Amino acid sequence: MTVDLYRTVRLIRRFEERAIEFVRSGEIVGGIHPYVGQEAIAAGVCAALRADDLITSTHRGHGHVLAKGVNPARMFAELMGRESGLNKGRGGSMHAADFGLGILGANAIVGAAGSIATGAAWAQRRLGRSSVAVTFFGDGAVNEGMLLEAFNLAALWRVPVLFVCENNGYATTMPVDSAVAGSITGRAKAFGIPAFTIDGQDPEKVLAATTAAVDRARAGKGPTFLECTTYRFDAHHTFEHRARLNYRTAEELAAGWSRDPVEIQGARLTAGDRAAVDAEVEALLDAAAGIALGSAHPDPAAALQYLYASPEVFH
Amino acid sequence: MPKLSYLKALNRALGDELEADERVFVLGEDIRAAASNLTAGLFSRFGPERVLDTPLSEQAFTNFATGAALAGLRPVIEFQIPSLLFLVFEQIANQAHKFSLMSGGQCKVPVTYVVPGSGSRTGWAGQHSDHPYSLFAHVGVKTVVPSTPADAYGLLLSAIRDDDPVVVFAPAGALGFREDVDFSTLAPVPLGVGRVARAGSDVTVVALGHLVQDALAVADELAGEASIEVFDPRTVYPLDVEGLAASVARTRRLVVIDDSNRTSGFAAEVLAVAAERFDLAAPPRRVTRPDGAVLPFALALDRAVQPGRDDLVAAIRGVLEEK
Repeated sequence: MTVDLYRTVRLIRRFEERAIEFVRSGEIVGGIHPYVGQEAIAAGVCAALRADDLITSTHRGHGHVLAKGVNPARMFAELMGRESGLNKGRGGSMHAADFGLGILGANAIVGAAGSIATGAAWAQRRLGRSSVAVTFFGDGAVNEGMLLEAFNLAALWRVPVLFVCENNGYATTMPVDSAVAGSITGRAKAFGIPAFTIDGQDPEKVLAATTAAVDRARAGKGPTFLECTTYRFDAHHTFEHRARLNYRTAEELAAGWSRDPVEIQGARLTAGDRAAVDAEVEALLDAAAGIALGSAHPDPAAALQYLYASPEVFH
Repeated sequence: MPKLSYLKALNRALGDELEADERVFVLGEDIRAAASNLTAGLFSRFGPERVLDTPLSEQAFTNFATGAALAGLRPVIEFQIPSLLFLVFEQIANQAHKFSLMSGGQCKVPVTYVVPGSGSRTGWAGQHSDHPYSLFAHVGVKTVVPSTPADAYGLLLSAIRDDDPVVVFAPAGALGFREDVDFSTLAPVPLGVGRVARAGSDVTVVALGHLVQDALAVADELAGEASIEVFDPRTVYPLDVEGLAASVARTRRLVVIDDSNRTSGFAAEVLAVAAERFDLAAPPRRVTRPDGAVLPFALALDRAVQPGRDDLVAAIRGVLEEK
């Protein structure tokens, strides 16, 4: 598991660094919200899940879907708007989904997916399945009323859902201390949901906390809330690379980088093992990028294909 | 033949579909007690997991239904108040509706949203009396407004069986409408197919929901002056353009009565279709709520902003006078 967790954080880091390059080169239009710095959370949470467990993701979601097991070639292709992408180029960075892997999609509306995941998890139980759902969101989402409503429904009906808050210190440029009255975990506790603050830079700690929460959910004891403290090393969105917003100091950024999840987990491997994983990841991403770049663009005549699941009522 | 009321027809459709398909469940506020009567008798028949009484958390339970649909269930949400659709517009228009395209066709969101008591409910004033079907048509959500008990039954059944989100507006003004029905003939009514509620040859009146009864009454009243055809599209989106075209091809005159505000409302769309496609003998007219109307409380004021029979008579006479 030590090596697997390292492979995942390294894969996400290198995927994101390459994706940022593709934004710069114009292969990815519209930009991305880089997950750089937060990799331990996706890696640790998804390592605790089964293939049939569900997740919902966020605008900053590449790490979640990679950790849940998507093919990086199809993820690159989606970011590039290609027909071979996860969503056939119809979703892009903020909507990446792979229903076959239990990924119900990244969601571009902050706080929206919490109630979607709660409903999906409730439905799984009603259908007699033992899977759980995890919904990822940031510190900004804890001020969205819809998410607080979801906490209530999940607790009330003991839904097998995990609320995973990635507290990276900022909602875009708004510092968490300026945005959150009371506490983040206090919101969950108010609904009777067990809530813990954990080190979101260490994938093994995230894995341990998630495993306990998943076990609890599968045992029918209801939701758990995990606040994972982390730091976003890169921009809120790649537009920031051109528009310097100056809401974080160089000292703060350096302090953030001093707890790099790739280094924290990498230090647990021998130099040889680490080098082997790094080489494996580069080869995988080389091949993935090549496949994506070589994939067909969708036909504009099919721009609204898939708009309806039952299109036959349009005569 | 037994009488069936519009509201009872909706209740019957829901019960039949809960019985027929294990994946169907209903959720909403006060549905255990059946405050609106839509779910009368269903809690005792199907239990708390199939008739899920919710706290007052409209945004979360609307997304909850989307999540349940993504996992394979077929939720039906009851909203007792039409204006709640404004509160959950994001969850329907921006979430449920968009999943199919955004996922590249990986999933479906078969959720039905039912409003038993849309439009003016007489005395419920500004925030309980809207009729926002045009809004859902505009964003591309399948939208139906049944006018008769048999259609209420058949369209709700089709909405639940459809694999996309569908909003079903059941106008407050139609809920009490009763008709003789042979229960053995109750059947699904396909979405997107209108009907000629009354045949005529001089003018086509397009009416939806409770206004179909008004249009039929006006057609009777003016029977000595003109032969009026009443076309009930049943589905606001997708609109049965072919059915409408066939009617207007016979009459070459068109009036639309529509309980929406005027600008960008359903009637505006019908008139635009007419301008693009139909060969009319006279400019078409529409009878609607006024632009930007907020329904005032006092009964006379409430009635004054709703499209009424007198306005419809005037509009019909207007298009008949044009040569």
